[in-house]
Amino acid sequence: MWKWFHQLASPPHFYRISAILSPWLAVPGLILIGYSAWQGLFVVPMDYQQGDAFRIIYVHVPSAYLSMMAYMIMATAGAIGLIWRIKLSHSVAAAAAPIGAAFTFLALCTGSIWGRPMWGTWWEWGDPRMMSELILLFLYFGYMALRSAIDDTAKADKASAVLALVGIVNVVIVHFSVEWWSSLHQGQTVFKKGTMDADMRVPLLLMILGFTLLFGSMLLRRIRTEVLYRERRTKWVREMILKSKGGA
Amino acid sequence: MTHKLSADNLTLIRGERCLFEGLSFALETGGLLLLEGRNGCGKTSLIRAIAGMLSLEEGTIYWDDVPVEKQRQTFHGDLVWLAHRTGLKGDLTLVENLSFERSLRAHSNRDPEEVYERLGISRLKKLILRSLSAGQQRRVALARMLLANVPLWFMDEPFTNLDREGRALVMELVEEHLDSGGMCVMAAHQDVEINAPMTRVKIQ
Amino acid sequence: MNEAQRNIPGIFSGLAATTRRDLLLAWKRPGDVLNPLFFFAMVCTLFPLAVGPSSEQLEFSGPGVLWVAALLATLLSLNSLFITDFEDGSLDQLLVSPQPLPVLVLGKTLAHWLTSGLPLVLVSPVLALTYRMPVSVMGVMMLTLLLGTISLSLLGSIGAALTVGLHRGTALLSLLILPLAMPIMILGANSVSLAASNDIYSTGIWALGAYAIASLSLAPYATAAALRISNE
Repeated sequence: MWKWFHQLASPPHFYRISAILSPWLAVPGLILIGYSAWQGLFVVPMDYQQGDAFRIIYVHVPSAYLSMMAYMIMATAGAIGLIWRIKLSHSVAAAAAPIGAAFTFLALCTGSIWGRPMWGTWWEWGDPRMMSELILLFLYFGYMALRSAIDDTAKADKASAVLALVGIVNVVIVHFSVEWWSSLHQGQTVFKKGTMDADMRVPLLLMILGFTLLFGSMLLRRIRTEVLYRERRTKWVREMILKSKGGA
Repeated sequence: MTHKLSADNLTLIRGERCLFEGLSFALETGGLLLLEGRNGCGKTSLIRAIAGMLSLEEGTIYWDDVPVEKQRQTFHGDLVWLAHRTGLKGDLTLVENLSFERSLRAHSNRDPEEVYERLGISRLKKLILRSLSAGQQRRVALARMLLANVPLWFMDEPFTNLDREGRALVMELVEEHLDSGGMCVMAAHQDVEINAPMTRVKIQ
Repeated sequence: MNEAQRNIPGIFSGLAATTRRDLLLAWKRPGDVLNPLFFFAMVCTLFPLAVGPSSEQLEFSGPGVLWVAALLATLLSLNSLFITDFEDGSLDQLLVSPQPLPVLVLGKTLAHWLTSGLPLVLVSPVLALTYRMPVSVMGVMMLTLLLGTISLSLLGSIGAALTVGLHRGTALLSLLILPLAMPIMILGANSVSLAASNDIYSTGIWALGAYAIASLSLAPYATAAALRISNE
């Protein structure tokens, strides 16, 4: 099993495998998203409290979930790259960052849209989960800014890996401190967990799964681009380019 | 006590450039390892990598046949570093600077006054370093080497800012150090002549 | 060279020497210490100018304004934590010394706190008075600032280490540190507000204390790692 893992860490190998794997993630992902969206928008009955507005959770919850998962992936990949010096790992971290930031932004937008009917405004500062999500966006921006500020790729990889690890600890602390703060000021939150009916929950879970598969596919494609760029001077990339030019 | 500094298959990539690859060397007590090459060829990167400030793409440095990564503190306790950026504080006096150094690494029993005398900086003791000339500041940095009780000296371009007298003094100090059982790694773009076993590494 | 008598200094020697040197350097350049303090006072002046000097508003927003000002002033002073060492080669010397780098970093951070955080704590009552803060609450405020600035110096050193030597490092430093600093500020400012309204505020204080201890034990390692990476 380790041998397979080691092979996977080799860039040319990864490049080949990810090309095969990516559609296998994207297609089921899109199908699931399509099905769940149809269910969520048209089939599932209205929430008795929030009316039709609640339907946006079918986009909001998966986005928020993925925004955090992307950060975990980013930090873990950075740690693996830092400790075991696996270069591909750094490419994974670099690729995950913009996708994670995009999902965070999406979560914030959909959260704002969801909250509008209930809050009365487009943004409620007192909501702990939205605040945590906003700070997560700042963490992503900081990570990407640090990466782009350092010219040397290897140095940028290592520095941002340290930053991501520090950020992971911070994410937890931010979450708890914002919750405490919100409880002090009786912040309005509409995102009560509560129990959800099965017929509402199932499409949501499927949507999360669909989003995750799509995310996986997007991540693979970004990593491929990242790998190509980093290895642009190596033999295998040149051979591949020549071969494809010759073939085309 | 004898020591040995050796390296095996060193490869360094900086930015997109491969500075050197497959480099190996061995240095014994009493010897000088001279890293030669034009300006900008990677001598400084190599000497920094050997001292442990830069990470190598491939290869291992051994101190007394044990990889340096496994004994960082011992290795660093056995060396002292001199480069163009001396690491001395311009706002502090000579004495204040060197007393800071004493608390970082093992210091020798040499009388500091003698050392200052030898280097020609005795009368500059009470002045802040900023008011000294570049050459004088270099001599203060050399005092750091003499006052440290370590076998391995690292010198990156030790001759800059020194006149002929100063350069001769540096070679004299290095020779004495090698004679008394020390070792030296030096990066220089000029030719160096010394009365001691010398290993040359040329970087293209 | 006497092998038999090699006397490598202990850890505390390195810690004390680094702290001492940085304090000595700060003593020779008092402006570096005073500037952030003036900045602190000026930010506290900005708020009444911007939102009006109504005494109700001032009293209500006092804890928050003071905390934001303290945070920004600390950020300002963090910039220069490693820059001079990076430029004059002192950082190289620290990296190749046998002393553990986290210890040396702790020494520098301690000196930084003594010349930035501690003065802020001592000056804060004066500004708190202008925000009509009752003396009883001032004690709580000073305590939160004391614990909070310790954490800020420690966490800030990580950011400073990551951005040392970078073009436009200053702005980037703020971007990196602010998310880390937000929990500290939330805990600090809100504890003072709670004290002001005679509520129980001990939760926040305990949390700040825990944060300070956690930073003290973990931040130096992260900073040391970041310094090694940035110095390459």
